[in-house]
Amino acid sequence: MTHHETPPPALAEAPPAGGPSTDSLSAPSSRRHLSFPKIGVVGMLGAMIVLFWLVMALFGNQFAPYDVGEILDADVFEPMSRLYPFGTDYLGRDILSRVLAGTRQTVGIALIATSLAALGGALGGLAAAVTGGWFDALLSRTLDALVSIPSKMFGLILVAAFGSSIPALILTLAVIYLPGCYRLVRAVAVNVAALDFVLVARARGEGKFHIMTREVLPNIVGPVLADFGLRFVYVVLLLSSLSFLGLGVQPPDADWGSLVRENIGGLPYGAPAVIMPALAIASLTIGVNMLIDSLFGRSLRRKGAA
Amino acid sequence: MTTPSPTLNAPLSKAPLAPTRFADAAPLVEVANLKVVARGEDGREFPIVKDVSFSVKRGEVVALIGESGSGKTTIALSVMGYARSGCRIAGGRVRLGDCEVTALSESGLADLRGRRVAYIAQSAAAAFNPSRTIMAQVIESALIHKTATKAEAEVKARALFTALALPDPDGVGDRYPHQVSGGQLQRLLAAMALITDPELVIFDEPTTALDVTTQIEVLKAFKAVVRDRDTTGLYVSHDLAVVAQVADRIVVLRDGAIREVGATGQIIEAPRDDYTRSLIAAAEPQPRAAAPLRETPAPLLEVTNLSAGYGGLNADGMPHFPILDAVGFRIQRGSTLGVIGESGCGKSTLARVVAGLMPAARGAVTLDGRPLPPTIAGRSREDLRRIQIVFQMADTALNPAHSVSKALSRPLTFYHGLTGAVLDRRVFELLDLVKLPRGLADRKPGELSGGQKQRINLARALAAEPDLILCDEVTSALDTVVAAAVLDLLVELRRDLGVSYMFISHDLKTVRAICDDIMVLYAGRKVQAGSREAMAEPPSHPYADLLTASVPEMRMGWLEGAGAHASNFIDPADKTKGGKLFSRSGCAFYPRCPLGIAGTCDRERPPLRVTPQGSEIACHRSDADLMSLTAR
Repeated sequence: MTHHETPPPALAEAPPAGGPSTDSLSAPSSRRHLSFPKIGVVGMLGAMIVLFWLVMALFGNQFAPYDVGEILDADVFEPMSRLYPFGTDYLGRDILSRVLAGTRQTVGIALIATSLAALGGALGGLAAAVTGGWFDALLSRTLDALVSIPSKMFGLILVAAFGSSIPALILTLAVIYLPGCYRLVRAVAVNVAALDFVLVARARGEGKFHIMTREVLPNIVGPVLADFGLRFVYVVLLLSSLSFLGLGVQPPDADWGSLVRENIGGLPYGAPAVIMPALAIASLTIGVNMLIDSLFGRSLRRKGAA
Repeated sequence: MTTPSPTLNAPLSKAPLAPTRFADAAPLVEVANLKVVARGEDGREFPIVKDVSFSVKRGEVVALIGESGSGKTTIALSVMGYARSGCRIAGGRVRLGDCEVTALSESGLADLRGRRVAYIAQSAAAAFNPSRTIMAQVIESALIHKTATKAEAEVKARALFTALALPDPDGVGDRYPHQVSGGQLQRLLAAMALITDPELVIFDEPTTALDVTTQIEVLKAFKAVVRDRDTTGLYVSHDLAVVAQVADRIVVLRDGAIREVGATGQIIEAPRDDYTRSLIAAAEPQPRAAAPLRETPAPLLEVTNLSAGYGGLNADGMPHFPILDAVGFRIQRGSTLGVIGESGCGKSTLARVVAGLMPAARGAVTLDGRPLPPTIAGRSREDLRRIQIVFQMADTALNPAHSVSKALSRPLTFYHGLTGAVLDRRVFELLDLVKLPRGLADRKPGELSGGQKQRINLARALAAEPDLILCDEVTSALDTVVAAAVLDLLVELRRDLGVSYMFISHDLKTVRAICDDIMVLYAGRKVQAGSREAMAEPPSHPYADLLTASVPEMRMGWLEGAGAHASNFIDPADKTKGGKLFSRSGCAFYPRCPLGIAGTCDRERPPLRVTPQGSEIACHRSDADLMSLTAR
């Protein structure tokens, strides 16, 4: 640590510390503005996909050519046509309209559930890392116990017990993914909490909440958000698989997972009714991953190299 | 080292000589117009080594010296044909004997490295694989390059262990890296480098991470093997005093360019370049003016009979792993106490206990005559404000996510309730106080240099307007020139603000330069304490004496002179004299002490007494006995 010869390039040219302050009267420079991370082509593509689905989640209904539940045609599993761009489903309903309507269910439920899991996990993980001792041990072991239950099984049990309302679904998903968030936050926060600046804050007499949110949290935002993105994808997939099993969003509403399940009968005919919702799931998960990777992968790598 | 090896006893007469000695030898290494560039974050390349040319003759040791960022390690690595990731050798050539290093292919370089050029890194602990035995790692390069069979290599390794004055040369190879001391590991790293009889050995700050008392042993061992094997060496260091002991010629570098090349004697006695002069001046810190003594009846801080450690308490109320044992001292308002000792002696723990970060097992800490509660939770905000702590590692002591102004604002708001324009003004005043431009206020720590970060650290402590600042090795991680500037700043702040310091350091020179009183700790106990003047006079405690004798002096031949003296002391890791390092009943220094009295020093705890010079010494020996040790 003491005598590495590779100062960051910006400092190589810096005058030796202690030089008389020539520009001591200069006003705070323009450095205060927020600089957005450069995300590159892949990141832009991911951002566009994510943005597209977010807009669809909010305003998808406006773009839907037909009513979600309306049976339009006697012919089921129709191929793509000018009339029905994504074909029709097993009841002859327009798939494009149903996918657009399902966006709200899938993205909305997944977003709320992931946010709850990340928030709870971050609070718990930070508290455990900063407090340590028996509190840490108790919380960690409790959540470990939760992890030991397979997530789909756990979801099945909860849905079986509490029914399949949307709030119950959100809570179930949040509870399933909270321990993972907790683990990650605790693991990165423990390293930060051992650094000298946290010790300085403790010596200053700062409270636990200040240390958690002001000293530790800003230094782990990168990994935590990257994890948020990944977990969002998992939640989408789990929600889709629960729906596919018939335990998720209930008819007549349909999220993407239920759309796949409903129309699974069309698979032998290569009907777009089953392929399009599956593609929607795939595009959202890939888009989120591309965005997250380019946002944090680069900065993390840079930190690692420093 | 109960049986010092013949190498060490041989007269170390071959002091670095004038370059004429090598005049007839052909240069082994020739570096011509070397340019190395690094790629910045924005993708542009900028030079880090600019047009450097020098040569090393066979059997010669050439030192590359400079501060961080001077390119000394980069140059040394490029002699092996290596550039660190993000860097590239952009021009010039490096020749080693008959081989053009810069033109070699990857496989050609692989044959070269470890075989013809060997590298000794700064951190031996990081250079060894913790899960393999030392022997397996030492002979590895001989096996890879097929210079010897396994059996031959092991025989050779043992011979090297002996030559490097390692205790138990036959058995040490079977141990794992964590089972030997840091100084021994550094010597084992040298054995690893020398196993293939390389033509050139690159020493990259090999003693920088070591305690002074250990450094002297390692330096002696290095010097002996270099001389006996007629090894050619490239010695990279920032420490002129160390280099003066081992190098024949010195290349002074700054910002990737050569400032001066000359024989060691010429560089240290008659430097031609201004920069070399400033390096030499910074390496020999001049005593700063002592604080004007203010006669106050009560000391600012009084610590009495303090014990602390880790693990639960045992029956007599002491921790299972004691770090501090019955330490007591006083700090007068406006004065500076220097706490000195080797790594692990408890100096940092002392700062933590005083700051309340770690509760004491026994003893009391009194501030202005009022006892302080042992933990932070028990102390009032006012108590906490009055004692501030500044850590060694400026990198980790500042929150990388907070700008400078945010770091400085927090204590101002927290302790003094400042907000708005008043707060902003005070932040600027603090920056002025530590002599940093106000424009830095919006920067993040990552955009500051090491010296600037340490100044921000100091400014943050000053923001609280404390009475006492605990400085834990604040200058140890800085370059000598930058460290000297920080020391000047500390002295100035004390004069202007009347703040007191507890200055913790392993560097006797630094402590002597700025402290009014000095306390020497050994294994968690106070072995000697007194005013700076009293401490400079004999008699002194044998450990304090060893510390003094181990600090390299900037003159050639110091190592040979000091060698005889420091050899009286026993290597701490060589426990042949028996006893644990921390023996509760006797004197902790007994296992290493040349004056130890069996039956007394290992049984009874030495009492503290005051010498005629006015310093306190914890030793069973009389003043006259101690004087005789120093005189030797």
